[in-house]
Amino acid sequence: MHIEVKKISKIYENNKYALKGISLDIDANGVFSIIGKNGAGKTTLVRILATQLMPTSGYAKINGYDLLTESKKIRRFIAAVPQEARTIPWLTPIQTVLSYLMWRGYSYSEAKEKAKDSLRMLNLEDIENKKTRKLSGGQKRKVIVATILASDATLIFLDEPTTGLDYLSRKELWNLLYTMKKDRLIILTTHYLEEAENLGDTICILNKGRVVDMGTILELRKKIKYSYCMKVFSNDFKISNLDGYIKRVSSNEIQIFTSGKYVYDIANRLISEKIRFTFQEVSLTNIFEFLLEDDIDVQ
Amino acid sequence: MCSKYHALNQIIASILVNSIYAMINYPVVLINTLLAPLSLLIIVTFASHGTLLPIAAEGAIIMNVISSGTSLQGDLSHLKNDMKVQEMIVSSPTGAGIYVTGMAISELVYSIPTLSVLVILNIIFVKVTYLAGLYICMDVGVVFIFSTSLGFLLSTFSSDIVESWAFSGILSPLLATIPPVYYPISYIPYPYRYLAYLSPTTYAAEIAQSAAGLVYISYVNLILAWGILISVTFFVLFIAITRSRWVDV
Ligand SMILES: Nc1ncnc2c1ncn2[C@@H]1O[C@H](COP(=O)(O)OP(=O)(O)O)[C@@H](O)[C@H]1O
Ligand SMILES: [Mg+2]
Repeated sequence: MHIEVKKISKIYENNKYALKGISLDIDANGVFSIIGKNGAGKTTLVRILATQLMPTSGYAKINGYDLLTESKKIRRFIAAVPQEARTIPWLTPIQTVLSYLMWRGYSYSEAKEKAKDSLRMLNLEDIENKKTRKLSGGQKRKVIVATILASDATLIFLDEPTTGLDYLSRKELWNLLYTMKKDRLIILTTHYLEEAENLGDTICILNKGRVVDMGTILELRKKIKYSYCMKVFSNDFKISNLDGYIKRVSSNEIQIFTSGKYVYDIANRLISEKIRFTFQEVSLTNIFEFLLEDDIDVQ
Repeated sequence: MCSKYHALNQIIASILVNSIYAMINYPVVLINTLLAPLSLLIIVTFASHGTLLPIAAEGAIIMNVISSGTSLQGDLSHLKNDMKVQEMIVSSPTGAGIYVTGMAISELVYSIPTLSVLVILNIIFVKVTYLAGLYICMDVGVVFIFSTSLGFLLSTFSSDIVESWAFSGILSPLLATIPPVYYPISYIPYPYRYLAYLSPTTYAAEIAQSAAGLVYISYVNLILAWGILISVTFFVLFIAITRSRWVDV
């Protein structure tokens, strides 16, 4: 799958500037995660690429097809779950998936078979004949995702698919996306940074309608000078001669960003002083906080 | 996906979602569709001591297809605004025309029970030849295209359910209750009669009433009625195709 985006901007009718010249080049399958605060422009970007919304300027090509003039061809191989998608309350899960597949062109019998498979994969077969209005919020979300997963689309847009799901359901979905991403490109927006980090082959950080940074997690880690983050649970821990950066998080927790060789020394000292601590490689959360510190508006 | 009956499958999907499954899962909706055209038919019949029954029976069929249009408007808005189904359809191989055609047919399927009752009433009380019956069906068919095109057009502009209720609430009385659909136009005194001619359903009703020999209109007026009904229908259809918002701006 190949997506080429050139300077796409979006100004809504109320003169709200939602995207300011976004350029991207995605030339691989896998998961492309888009993260960013509320209002960053994630949904706007996804809706434009999913041919639901016209950009104000700029252009894009998907597998060589022009987004504006050849949207019909693009729609044959894409599928999207809108952020605010809801299940149709008077349908059962099986009817929901089945009819969506028929909208994609499958015959009734093909659609029924595929729908059953997809619901089974998400462990929804026990409730496949209940009316969706009687399902829990998480189950409803899973039914919508099952709908898309059952399709033959090779470019899938999922706008915050895991918001509101419990941890185990989220993990179920991650496993599924993991197997699916091999032969598809999944554009995923999310608020869970760990999700973007675990699933996202490429991560794109959006802020105020611009791409702040983009790359694999390894590439993004290089944006921060220090590669480790230690959490030290103590109220009077002092440290001198540190090549690093210390942040007090609460009265009895400090965060130390530093490089590998210091981690070793500090850890030794903390062990001998019997102070509780953890350390890990710098996470996407740290990078996110670092890059969006003070709401930097990259001009 | 590569199935031969691609478009047919897509149309069936709309019919399943919007009528078959709704009827299976909530049978009470059937009574609901039957009630509106029938209640007015009963009122007009009793108020006229039975003399207007044949005209009202024809009128009820016209009202029923107008209801198809307002229901289409409501259903499309509901699926678009509250469930974002339309966005999922936009990002799929189903185009606007196929989707809406399927949904329009689904409204017809939905009203099959009501239509059956009304057709039986018409067969009993409005005695027409087969040819005249076919002619009336054409007339009603044009009204169906008119009302569903209008319904689709409005649905693409409504942004929430309250707005879409308002559209339905305005259309039904303006197109079916007030105009001379359930009664002859000659009952309206001048100058108000001119106002009645603003509604395309007035022409459709005139055509149906004259075909059944219930009212007399001149040949010229009949041609004029067809001309206006078809022109308005094509105009609304054209606007619906060119101006409706399938992709948001
Ligand atoms: N239909 C709309 N009309 C006007 N402004 C909008 C519309 N949709 C989104 N916006 C604005 O555009 C910005 C980006 O929104 P959105 O793409 O939904 O962000 P995100 O998905 O990252 O939370 C926000 O400031 C939002 O208020
Ligand atoms: Mg969003």
